[in-house]
Amino acid sequence: MIAALVAATPAERRLLGGTQFKGPTPYVLAIMTFVMVIIAAAGLALAGAARQAAAGAESRFSVQVPGGSDRQEAVVAVLRQVDGVAAVRPVATADMRAMLERWLGPEGAAEDLPLPALVDVDLAPQVQPATVGQAIERRIPGAQFVAQREALAPLTAALRSLGLLAMLLVLLVAAATAAAVVLATLGALVAQRTTIDVMHGIGATDEQIARLFQRRIALDALAGGTVGAVVAGLVLLLLAGTLGAWAQGFNAETLLGPLDIALLALLPILGTILATFVARRAVLRSLGDRL
Amino acid sequence: MSTIVEFDRVGLRYGTGAEILRDLDFRLQRGAFYFLTGPSGAGKTSLLKLLYLAQRPTRGRLRLFDQDLADLPRVALPAFRRRIGVIYQDFRLVGHLSAFDNVALPLHIAGASEEEIDGPVREMLAWVGLADRSSARPATLSGGEQQRVAIARAVIARPELLVADEPTGNVDSDMAKRILYLLGALNRLGTTIVVATHDLSLVAATPGAHLMRLDKGMLVDPTGALRHPPVAEKTQ
Repeated sequence: MIAALVAATPAERRLLGGTQFKGPTPYVLAIMTFVMVIIAAAGLALAGAARQAAAGAESRFSVQVPGGSDRQEAVVAVLRQVDGVAAVRPVATADMRAMLERWLGPEGAAEDLPLPALVDVDLAPQVQPATVGQAIERRIPGAQFVAQREALAPLTAALRSLGLLAMLLVLLVAAATAAAVVLATLGALVAQRTTIDVMHGIGATDEQIARLFQRRIALDALAGGTVGAVVAGLVLLLLAGTLGAWAQGFNAETLLGPLDIALLALLPILGTILATFVARRAVLRSLGDRL
Repeated sequence: MSTIVEFDRVGLRYGTGAEILRDLDFRLQRGAFYFLTGPSGAGKTSLLKLLYLAQRPTRGRLRLFDQDLADLPRVALPAFRRRIGVIYQDFRLVGHLSAFDNVALPLHIAGASEEEIDGPVREMLAWVGLADRSSARPATLSGGEQQRVAIARAVIARPELLVADEPTGNVDSDMAKRILYLLGALNRLGTTIVVATHDLSLVAATPGAHLMRLDKGMLVDPTGALRHPPVAEKTQ
């Protein structure tokens, strides 16, 4: 498809004159593509993080017995015997106190502060959580059986919203790119007015003239887009290490899957197609006002 | 001879201004040679613009190649323009193209391949005496050479109608005679020629040519009494 956009005979290549990549268009498109790739990568990574968080919490539940920290071992022993419970991980009292200290200050670590018995459990596949929950609550009076997915819901919702916001930003940058292409095309039409008048005068169709301009814009967009995307890719690689530390609890390497990377690699091509289409429309619309 | 152009009470105005051309009512015969004369501002260039479809009449009926152009959709115009050659007063050569590419332009637009174009263009450049200047850009050519490139471009596609606006306005008398000879040769091949000029000596030097005189936007000789100019008759 790209080849079809930029294909031209030697005579067609000479018709508009000037030097390719001389104007600001390829540089503007390189910057726009760079910004688009970075924002899109951030959006896809956030969506990936939301997916990971949701998937990790899917079969994970917490059993909480208020004020029962001294009964934690007994609770763990009962949980191990409940059908459908695959793994049991008690949360150490020291860990809970440390967490409370971070939230409440030194008072949070006070020995007289009542703590619940808190145990994370993984359910076996194909098990109905409600059935297991009822069994636990029956065997441990006062126990609360909570899906971690529910606790994480606000976080995953926020991550998904940020991902959507990033996609919206990508669309806005694409719209700004289209506007820049329209301005560049209209400028080129003014600069090439004599050539266009001569071509029209000897029987050129609007389609033939539009092809010359769309080809030039396609080459500018392809060059600028490729440079922008390559630089963005390098920046993302540099960020990947830092991201690993930042995204604790997530598998940083899989935040962007192969499909996401393929989508990012497609952006300069999609940008080229968009720029070519927009340039073509701008030329045809402008020529349509003439006889 | 059949009619190639027919004006029926044609008028033209630009925007909301006064009418530049009024009540033009005439026919041009296929294969004939016409001179269009008149004082500056008479409307000669505007009439030519109607002929080469750079303007549409604001009233009246204009038929070209047996087709009424008044309601012809815009997309149909290129096909008509390919049947018309135009020599502009200011040449309108494309500055960044060589003489060869300028002359080849109508053939490229008509869809001819590079192989199909090379021979005819070289032949045409030789015909106008510019075989050795084919790779020169217009800025490096003299006025006369540019004029000849413009003529070669106008005739390369063998148009049925050739419209020339002051084709000898920028050249000396020898070159003017040469250009007139080229136009005459093309006319003998069957092309209808319309030349707008101030130079009545050209009219005199073209026996059998028809003369149309415009004044204040109107044909002052609609009856055709001046078709064979007195100077030409005196010479004979």
